[in-house]
Amino acid sequence: MVEYNDLIFEISRSGRVGSSLPESDVNKVDLQDKFPKHLIRDIPAELPEVSELQLVRHYTALSNKNHGIDNGFYPLGSCTMKYNPKINEDVARLEGFSRIHPYQPAETAQGALQLLYELQEELAVITGMDAVTLQPSAGAQGEWTGLMMVKAYLKEKGETRTKVLVPDSAHGTNPASATVAGFQTVTIPSNENGLVDVEELKKHVDHDTAALMLTNPNTLGLFEKEIVEIAKVVHEAGGLLYYDGANANAILGKTTPGKMGFDIVHLNLHKTFTTPHGGGGPGAGPVGVKKKLIPYLPVPRIEKDEDKYVIDFNQPLSIGRVKGYYGNFGILVRAYTYIRTMGPEGLRQVSESAVLHANYLRKKLEPYFEAPYSQICKHEFVLSGSKQKKLGVRTLDMAKRLLDFGYHPPTIYFPLNVEECLMIEPTETESKETMDAFADVMIQIAKEVENNPDVVLESPHTTVIGRLDEVQAARQPILRYTKEEAVEIDKEIVKS
Amino acid sequence: MTKVTTNLLYSKDHEWVLQLGGNRVRIGISDYAQNQLGDIVFVENPDSDDEVTANETMGTIESVKTASEIYSPVSGTVVSVNEALGDEPEMINEQPYEAGWLIEVEMSNPEELESLLNDGAYQEFVRKGDV
Repeated sequence: MVEYNDLIFEISRSGRVGSSLPESDVNKVDLQDKFPKHLIRDIPAELPEVSELQLVRHYTALSNKNHGIDNGFYPLGSCTMKYNPKINEDVARLEGFSRIHPYQPAETAQGALQLLYELQEELAVITGMDAVTLQPSAGAQGEWTGLMMVKAYLKEKGETRTKVLVPDSAHGTNPASATVAGFQTVTIPSNENGLVDVEELKKHVDHDTAALMLTNPNTLGLFEKEIVEIAKVVHEAGGLLYYDGANANAILGKTTPGKMGFDIVHLNLHKTFTTPHGGGGPGAGPVGVKKKLIPYLPVPRIEKDEDKYVIDFNQPLSIGRVKGYYGNFGILVRAYTYIRTMGPEGLRQVSESAVLHANYLRKKLEPYFEAPYSQICKHEFVLSGSKQKKLGVRTLDMAKRLLDFGYHPPTIYFPLNVEECLMIEPTETESKETMDAFADVMIQIAKEVENNPDVVLESPHTTVIGRLDEVQAARQPILRYTKEEAVEIDKEIVKS
Repeated sequence: MTKVTTNLLYSKDHEWVLQLGGNRVRIGISDYAQNQLGDIVFVENPDSDDEVTANETMGTIESVKTASEIYSPVSGTVVSVNEALGDEPEMINEQPYEAGWLIEVEMSNPEELESLLNDGAYQEFVRKGDV
């Protein structure tokens, strides 16, 4: 097949249309007269004009360039890029789910409400919480929702606490969510084993501590063994514990955040519960809470009233709505399907296999890379490219080299407390053969760094375009297509 | 090995302080810090007249790799901001101790300087942390 690399703007021809509409029977209105002058653009927008077939070919060609879990291995640490079973899609397409409207009266959508209610109940059991809202549409929005509930809870108690504690290995969204919710974040350093330093934590916990946000297992893939002690320290000071569920794939059916002492939890359905991830999802970040926080959950709540499912807005202490309607419903159908097809024993096996796979791959790779926390890990592990950096090859270069072999690289340069970090999460859905093949390639790259570093430094070689100038793109981004600029850029590319 | 400049004081968060006379100081990030961050693409400094507090966030530095907070090594009022970094954040990579400075502060508590490291102590600190 001929490589197709045109921009939609380049195939555009003036006057070409994708569909012909009948003559409008509504009187034409000249918008120029209706809007204030400063709101009207001087130059018409440069919108592409193509036929329907051109449009289809264009986006099909683009989609063929995409890499997803259905194309190949995707060991992006912390993101749990596992296989999304196709049965999820079948169920989400059932007419009773796909053709209902959010404004439909509740009594005509009982099946959909039953699904939401049961999903709430199931996620409550999985997390050890007392109630769940399905509204938040991503993990970070779940975090923010949780922190707003912390705020409402403290306000009701007549307390103002300003600080949210986060470990230095935390996901970047934790401090960001805390800031957006109006808290100050305080970073708690990890100890030499990569775990929360309880003594250090004690120094920072006081009457001003609103909450501690924690991922367990943490971003190094290590289980916070002192979690019960950590919870005690925070609770005794009157603070709450927030569980970032990004790494929940490691603990299903083994333990729950509730058992560990957490008060609030979010789950990423697009990670642990096999709903689409990447390419826009959309995501879903349900939040579970312990009993004392139930009054603050967002409205509407989906409740069961005898044998009917109802939409309840009457929650005076609620923080309000956090999302239009009832969350990303189609995604919730997929997560529900996954949970029901797996069952409790199946979910337990998910975590067992996820942990086994991570340790298998870790053991295969540790001889070739620096392993700053070499110990049994949970569902993911970190390596450092510091050995290779001394030879002049950065982790970024090795990640680019992986593209040549058709792999999505692992997460790099995160967590921040590991130099030249590589963070690898194979997930439970990969076969031993896939992991062996990936390990062989990683080992080959480590050898290339020693014997033929240029092949790594100049990679990728097999992709449609080579190494991008990410620095230039970040410093001077071009965010709008104009023909003149495109011509100039083409000239520069030809010159170089 | 990392460059340090002998007349500067350093914080453990890798900011440097240059005393300009009186209570006025200039603040930047060390060569080690810029090297760790990689290519810097954006800097968010405080504004003139803002108050900064020692060991608390005064701004953000974004590189291709990561976004990182800048902690003020001293407390006081911001009196000058390096506006040139808006267009040329790469100055921090190229000249961390000269054209890549961040802000100047009129200190409210000059005794805070005593808790900073001199160049020798900072070199030692970086060397130990440098795996």
